Amino acid sequence: MLNVLGDFVAELRAAGIPVSMSEHVDAARATTAIDIADRGLLKASLAATMVKDSDHAPIFSTAFDIFFANRSFNPDSESDSPDGEEGSPSSSERPTGVPGRGKAKGMGMGGGLSMSPEELSEMLFQALRDNDNNKMREGAAEAVTRYAGMEPGRPVGGTYYLYRTLRNLDLEELTARLQGIILPPNADPDNLTQHIARDDVARRIEGLKAAIEREIRERLVEDRGAEALAKSVRKPLPEDLDVMHANREEMAQLERALRPLSRKLAVRLARKRRHKRRGAVDLRHTVRRSLSTGGIPIDLRFKPPRPAKPEIVVIADISGSVASFARFTLLLVHAISSQFSKVRSFVFVDGLDEVTALFEHTDDPKEAVARINAEADVIAFDGHSDYGRAFMTFHTKFAPEINKRTAVLILGDARNNYHQSNAELIADLRYRAKAVYWLNPEPESYWNSGDSIIGQYAPFCDRVIECRTLRQLEAFVGTLA
Amino acid sequence: MGAIDPRQELADRLGLTEVPPARFASPADVTERLRAFDYLGDDSIASVTFLADRLAKPVLVEGPAGTGKTALAKAVADATGARLIRLQCYEGLDESKALYEWNYRKQLLRIQAGRGDSTGSEEWSALEDDIFAEEFLLERPLLEAIRAKDPVVLLIDEVDRVELETEALLLEILSEYQVSIPELGTMRAQQIPMVFLTSNNTRELSEALKRRCLYLFVGYPELERERDIIVSRVPGISTALAEQIAQVVRSLRQLDLKKAPSVSETLDWARTLVVLGRQEIGDADAAETLHILLKYQSDIDKAKKELLGRGKSLA
Repeated sequence: MLNVLGDFVAELRAAGIPVSMSEHVDAARATTAIDIADRGLLKASLAATMVKDSDHAPIFSTAFDIFFANRSFNPDSESDSPDGEEGSPSSSERPTGVPGRGKAKGMGMGGGLSMSPEELSEMLFQALRDNDNNKMREGAAEAVTRYAGMEPGRPVGGTYYLYRTLRNLDLEELTARLQGIILPPNADPDNLTQHIARDDVARRIEGLKAAIEREIRERLVEDRGAEALAKSVRKPLPEDLDVMHANREEMAQLERALRPLSRKLAVRLARKRRHKRRGAVDLRHTVRRSLSTGGIPIDLRFKPPRPAKPEIVVIADISGSVASFARFTLLLVHAISSQFSKVRSFVFVDGLDEVTALFEHTDDPKEAVARINAEADVIAFDGHSDYGRAFMTFHTKFAPEINKRTAVLILGDARNNYHQSNAELIADLRYRAKAVYWLNPEPESYWNSGDSIIGQYAPFCDRVIECRTLRQLEAFVGTLA
Repeated sequence: MGAIDPRQELADRLGLTEVPPARFASPADVTERLRAFDYLGDDSIASVTFLADRLAKPVLVEGPAGTGKTALAKAVADATGARLIRLQCYEGLDESKALYEWNYRKQLLRIQAGRGDSTGSEEWSALEDDIFAEEFLLERPLLEAIRAKDPVVLLIDEVDRVELETEALLLEILSEYQVSIPELGTMRAQQIPMVFLTSNNTRELSEALKRRCLYLFVGYPELERERDIIVSRVPGISTALAEQIAQVVRSLRQLDLKKAPSVSETLDWARTLVVLGRQEIGDADAAETLHILLKYQSDIDKAKKELLGRGKSLA
């Protein structure tokens, strides 16, 4: 057990979950206090001792399923049936008639092809209708054997097999049939009932997908071993995803991560501001407190401090290459705009446009960002980034409004398509402003390669920061206010 | 490996003459005994509570507001017949409110009273010993929990509200079950208290704090569990209605809302529907009472649009 736990901890750390030495010890102790044949309990215990952040739970869960897929640590459990919880796939619980966990159920296509596609579909339908977990597992196993076409030894994470299986199962037909059952056709159901039924069916279908995914994963573990598989399905935490190269699913993850992130940041900044310095002595309050000590002011009271909030000007490149990064930065800055006295946003490609107004009359920054693409007038010439030109426009129109309380944030990769840089304008902005920061979403090693001219601007900025992940972005914005 | 019982070890460290018996026999036992006090936990709640008792470690409970984090501590106190000691955290909480304080007014009186009948400097050292006696010590919740002779459950509520620096106050009690008072020495726990900390996750807690605790995330309950919670907490409700309520609430939580309905709001809604004498929820009922579940106008509008359909307004 201890060895497996050690490997498991190594995997968690590799996936980015910080597991300290003492937490590792706690986990080991926990395993001696519980019945480790109970997988649900084992999972809860390991999670409680080692994973201290709810955002890390999905990664833990995946890793756990891989590492503890079908191992048994209790020597007795081979003979006795382990009293696992209902959902735990232990071999002795499996209904007979299903290929066991032995060789027959392995990777090949040869294993028990005992059903026709129609029978399989019917079985899944029944399982979904009755919420029957055993039957669902059975059906999932059959579907994987039949459709996934798994090849031993291929170094894949299983997404492809999942896709193949799902494509061959007619999920839409299943959905339709289920809805027919759950919604009685004779009644005239109102909107609410219909909506609930749809959600219910969708949830059951999700359950089926999860069952299939688990089945595939278990077979992959059998084939290649836990460590290798864990490595190929390992995903970075949402806050460590590279924003520039995120795919659609990862984008959705990032968006979900952004809201709690900005809320935490706002709370932290508000507290920092209130506690940074004490204000003047509050005489009224102090005298009142002194009455209980015979008029001697032992306990001084202070007024809350009111330091000025900074102004922020964001100038963002929204051309294709860095658009997603600009979006997240705008979202974050506006989500915590209460921490600044004023936020003004400008976007550019080769022309420049102010988009502050888009954020003003909506309480949902996401909507505003979506409107930027449609409404901002940013293309003046050929639609390729031209930093020099954009800075020229900004400088002529808005430079007089920049003052010593303004922090200027420039977002972009400084890939200027070999246009003129106009770096002296940045020098002038810095002279007027409190500070000029440049956030570059490219890895630092790519800077100044090809048409990147970040090196020409850098001497005139207070800081140039590599900013590829939400974590880096949050850390930077935190230093602003 | 030689299995060391963590409770035994802690008892030795605290100098207790005997190891206090474990409170729960198994996770199933936890579930059952909490159920007797109308708290319906899921498997992970039961497992972590059981483990916290066995390992003698505090539990950090995190999750959205209104999902029963505080109620868990109360239910555990009830189920184990222990006294609940609660420390409500807030910004500006300090040592003198959380741990202990010297009753300086009484100390001043003592000094003044002493002045009359005695002079001479040798009196001072006697007086000094005297004014830092336990008589002048004001117990605050943490010290109270440590010094209690009877079994207690300590609840440190909304720990994310205190500043990062103040968290450090808690570390000694969380890992060693003791409080150091410079004038008196170290106070060790007289028993092994169960400790629950709750957090609404408005900020990251420090690594040091997290490391000392077991972590439990209490999210929104599964459909079946929410239904059972409604049935057990709302008198006179039918199972069918409870099920329907749970389904509506689950659908609402899937929408992208500013504030998703919590379990306590769900219970309020269920009570309202019972008072109104409804046996099932129609569109009109839902639209009229949605403000009990949702607290933002934009959320209510969105829910009406998504769930009830824009066309059918309740004219």
